[in-house]
Amino acid sequence: MERIAAVTLKDITKTFGKVIANDNVNMSIYKGEILAILGENGSGKTTLMNMLSGIYYPDNGQIFINGKEELIASPKDALKLGIGMVHQHFKLIDVFSATENIILGLEGKLNVKEASARIKEICDKYGFDVDPDKKIYDMTVSEKQTVEIVKVLYRGADILILDEPTAVLTPQETEKLFAVLRNMREDGKAIVIITHKMHEVQSLSDRVAVLRKGQYVGDMATKETTVQEMTDMMVGRSVALNIERPDPVNPKPRIVVDKLTVRSEDGIIKLKDVSFTANSGEILGIAGISGCGQKELLEAICGLQPVENGSIEYINDDESREQLIGRDPRQISEMGVSLSFVPEDRLGMGLVGNMDITNNMMLRSFRNGSRFFTDRKTPRGLAEKVVDKLEVSTPSIETPVRRLSGGNVQKVLVGREISSAPTVLLTAYAVRGLDINSSYTIYDLINQQKKQGVAVVFVGEDLDVLLEISDRILVLCAGEVSGIVDGRIADKNEIGMMMTKIGGADNE
Amino acid sequence: MLSFLTAFIPRAIVQGIPLLYGSTGEIVTQKSGNLNLGIPGVMYVGAISGVIGSFFYERSVGGNVNGFLAIFIPMLCCLIGSLLMGLLFCFLTVTLRANQNVTGLAMTTFGVGFGNFFGGSLIKLSGADVPSIALSATSNCFSKSLPFAASLGGFGKVFLSYGFLAYLAIVIAFVCSYVLNKTRTGLHLRAVGENPNTADAAGIDVIRYKYMATCIGCMIAGLGGLYYVMDYACGVWSNDAFGDRGWLAIALVIFTIWRPNVGVLASFLFGGLYILYLYIPTGMEHMEYQELYKMIPYVVTLVVLVITSMRSKRENQPPQSLGLPYFREER
Amino acid sequence: MNDKKREPLFHIVKRDALSFKTAFAIRAIAIIIALIICGIITMITTGISPIEVYKSIIVGAFGSVRKTWVTLQNISILLIISLALTPAFKMRFWNIGGEGQVLIGGLASAACMICLADKLPNAIVIICMIISSILAGAIWGLIPALFKAKWNTNETLSTLMMNYIATQLVAFYTIVWEVPKGSGKIGIINQDSNIGWLPQIFSSKYLLSIIVAILVTAFMYVYLNYSRHGYEVTVVGESENTAKYVGIKVEKVIVRTMVLSGAVCGLVGLLLVGGINHTITTTIAGGQGFTAVLVSWMAKFNPITMVLSSFLIVFMNRGASEISTNFGLNQSYSDILTGIILFFIIGCEFFIRYTLMKNHNNKTVKEGK
Repeated sequence: MERIAAVTLKDITKTFGKVIANDNVNMSIYKGEILAILGENGSGKTTLMNMLSGIYYPDNGQIFINGKEELIASPKDALKLGIGMVHQHFKLIDVFSATENIILGLEGKLNVKEASARIKEICDKYGFDVDPDKKIYDMTVSEKQTVEIVKVLYRGADILILDEPTAVLTPQETEKLFAVLRNMREDGKAIVIITHKMHEVQSLSDRVAVLRKGQYVGDMATKETTVQEMTDMMVGRSVALNIERPDPVNPKPRIVVDKLTVRSEDGIIKLKDVSFTANSGEILGIAGISGCGQKELLEAICGLQPVENGSIEYINDDESREQLIGRDPRQISEMGVSLSFVPEDRLGMGLVGNMDITNNMMLRSFRNGSRFFTDRKTPRGLAEKVVDKLEVSTPSIETPVRRLSGGNVQKVLVGREISSAPTVLLTAYAVRGLDINSSYTIYDLINQQKKQGVAVVFVGEDLDVLLEISDRILVLCAGEVSGIVDGRIADKNEIGMMMTKIGGADNE
Repeated sequence: MLSFLTAFIPRAIVQGIPLLYGSTGEIVTQKSGNLNLGIPGVMYVGAISGVIGSFFYERSVGGNVNGFLAIFIPMLCCLIGSLLMGLLFCFLTVTLRANQNVTGLAMTTFGVGFGNFFGGSLIKLSGADVPSIALSATSNCFSKSLPFAASLGGFGKVFLSYGFLAYLAIVIAFVCSYVLNKTRTGLHLRAVGENPNTADAAGIDVIRYKYMATCIGCMIAGLGGLYYVMDYACGVWSNDAFGDRGWLAIALVIFTIWRPNVGVLASFLFGGLYILYLYIPTGMEHMEYQELYKMIPYVVTLVVLVITSMRSKRENQPPQSLGLPYFREER
Repeated sequence: MNDKKREPLFHIVKRDALSFKTAFAIRAIAIIIALIICGIITMITTGISPIEVYKSIIVGAFGSVRKTWVTLQNISILLIISLALTPAFKMRFWNIGGEGQVLIGGLASAACMICLADKLPNAIVIICMIISSILAGAIWGLIPALFKAKWNTNETLSTLMMNYIATQLVAFYTIVWEVPKGSGKIGIINQDSNIGWLPQIFSSKYLLSIIVAILVTAFMYVYLNYSRHGYEVTVVGESENTAKYVGIKVEKVIVRTMVLSGAVCGLVGLLLVGGINHTITTTIAGGQGFTAVLVSWMAKFNPITMVLSSFLIVFMNRGASEISTNFGLNQSYSDILTGIILFFIIGCEFFIRYTLMKNHNNKTVKEGK
């Protein structure tokens, strides 16, 4: 049977300032096929699909829908052409009900009742579970995603794009979703799934297209390829990660977390009875599906997250213990506990995007100096040192950090955090969005800290990295510890299992 | 007591009508995410545009006014004047993405100045010795109430004694309420105000909705100015007489928690509070307490604002993107 | 809806940093265009030649020694209020309550002048005035700040309400203290004894405000750029999350900054009542609390540039009122001209932050410069 191209992209180019997000991309999407778009973070997958859904407008190139050249200037145009996209960040309105969100943007007379009935129908057909009258702000993440998908189905889209849909789902929910997508494929729809998870590519897609640094590398039938080949195409060359892992020297307990329970503002349990010890001179990796308590755990240790129950103790070199719970970051540092934290949200939390490098260095030191005035000399010196030593590429230290590239931003942040000679270093997704070279710089920095006897907690998403860098790996699943394994002997499947199942192997 | 009420209520209502126009207009605007602090200026411009229209009409016909034209011309002028203000606000804040607070305040400066300047010029033009112009013929057309209202006693006085613009205000408020809550246009408008990114992704033309809502909102608010001068003030324009009613209308928006239908009663309540001091016997000795009573609407609004933020019920919060510019390719 | 499928001619792209010079040039061009339009409008309304128009404006602002002093004094007052609001704006706290904070400060000093005049010596009365006006302004800033810090109450709306509460309080006391009874105004306070009148410096009644303005400008510049507090304000304004991350207590910074903001506004109330007018009315602040928002914003919250922006506003104001007096126009004329200039300045910011890119015709990526 001849394949019919639903979408053909020709010479698509998109730039943001000096960053080229997509560079002359040519590709096709076919009806009755599930296409996986594979690529590292920052490879331009989402940007490319956003141009198809009308969020961005290409600088150059043509888009053909069903063989006809079309201009997609707005999401409305995209919807008219039958293109529906489920974004990674939900596009839902909190104060609206599910139904109101689903029918948003449609035309004709408003009839909420009728719409609700149709939504029920769609849900029954595919086995979704949505209460049409429930307000979005009352919903869990997976419910919200369901609403997003139902929204696209409701519109009868022929071309469905899903941007990393499984990142927030449980394995059961993922399976359910995949079943729906397969049904839709049988319907003759064209489906695009953006992902960087190999097993999803293999279990779901018919064809896989790979993007690298904004460029289209190629595509192949999923059946005829291997994980190895896809990885090679994705990263450009075959990489054995080969991250250094020195043996811990004289590890001693540094942070002892005992039965920690954290509830979010809206009352949802984020962490439940979490207990572990982080040792000095050791890297404790933390694995888990994103959003299952990693953020709350690190923030609780730094004093940024109110804790419901449990204890977090810091053990000094002389074995005296200090309780960290109930103290804010300033009080913790005033106690003499030197704790550094590289948060996930670099420009929204770790750094101030509009401030220059010197001023960002000051974030940790502005209280030093006289009572009224800030000391600017020391942070400037530090800025120069960090730029020089970590090879931050920047026009000057007066450049606002938001203008730097992701890797350089992270170097500034990590550089500042380790400059205070910490005894504890917490990092969240330290290499997310970074190119390979920057990633290795960061690994090296973290390993240096480890060698100096710092207790490192490394939250990561890439299991390969976690397995190569960590001495021990703590696996979180839905806010609970499902096990702590030795990073040198654990294997990937075992951790993968533990991430999705509570009470996995418990071989501390 | 009854006679007090039949005297008090109509006065509270006529006080409340300009506020109702202003707040309905501002609610429609704010629902699109635009915080238009220029509403006081818009109401001035609406009023003076109407006055200008009627002034020249009255002069050209020399007293023999045609009832229809006497209403149609000022209203058209008023709507055009306030529409232009709305377009100006949108052009600056939506198209050029300027800060809404700053733009609004500049519009209020401009609008109040515009009103007083042309008011003053017309006064000079008419050669009157008092610093005001009277458009009594036009005003008569505007304030005409049902002929049999007077014969119905208290009932007639409380419910039927107003000019048509008063009823129009109530109708507009209910229509706005219905459109906002029960129609697709309203759903889309609320979506734009809550989260323009989402609305945009859903295929809603955010820019168009913002323009439409703000311009329509300004036109509604402008009618409030027209009502004030043509009906309440009996066609007499004097500079600065409109006072701070525009700001009170913004207060009313918060007080009603963004609900135009609630605004109908609330505006009468505010109107009542505004003139309450006239009815609370203070005696000649203590005229000063009147000034404290005038404070009540503002204090009450502040309390409502604080209480809604304390209770933080999601439905009662201001539209989430209120005051923020929207740029699709922001990155 | 019509189904036109035309490619937009332009699309809008955020600029990279624009050099200071270019940004300045864009603003200057906007102001010049605005001035030309103001000139044309004046020409139409008055029938005088454009050169006359600009001459009148300059004469209005600097035509005589006295006019120059008044202009400088007006600039000073507007500048201090703008400076007062600036730390709050830097924190992204939209304090449009300057009007009320000035009024309440003025009320406090008037109260001291009236109630303490025959009880305490002049020097002590003045000290009481200084303390009470600053305190009153601070409290007026503190109230909305507390609401914001505790419950995240929308500050634009709460400070707006505080303005009117202050206005009514002044109206209340105006009648309590009215002289003579029934006149509805207070008149010059302590006209004979001059108690509570702020001292004249070098026997000039204008100089005091100017000196205070210079001091406040210097203080704000240092406070915002070189002090710990100023740094905290910037961090909180840029990102509350970052502030929490480094252990800055956001609530505390909000409250502290608004107290400062209100206190400086209170100081202006003192200058207006004790130094300039020697009386109080509900309109003593004259809308400058609102104008100051625009002045501060136009200067991009930089205290030094603020001198220029307040100069521009006062200059136009004085000039326009000269024109309106000479040609029998109404005093509101200056509001119209100010409005027009503001619209241009507000609009031109767009061209500083964004640039238009032509679609499809240029293949190369346009650099920011």
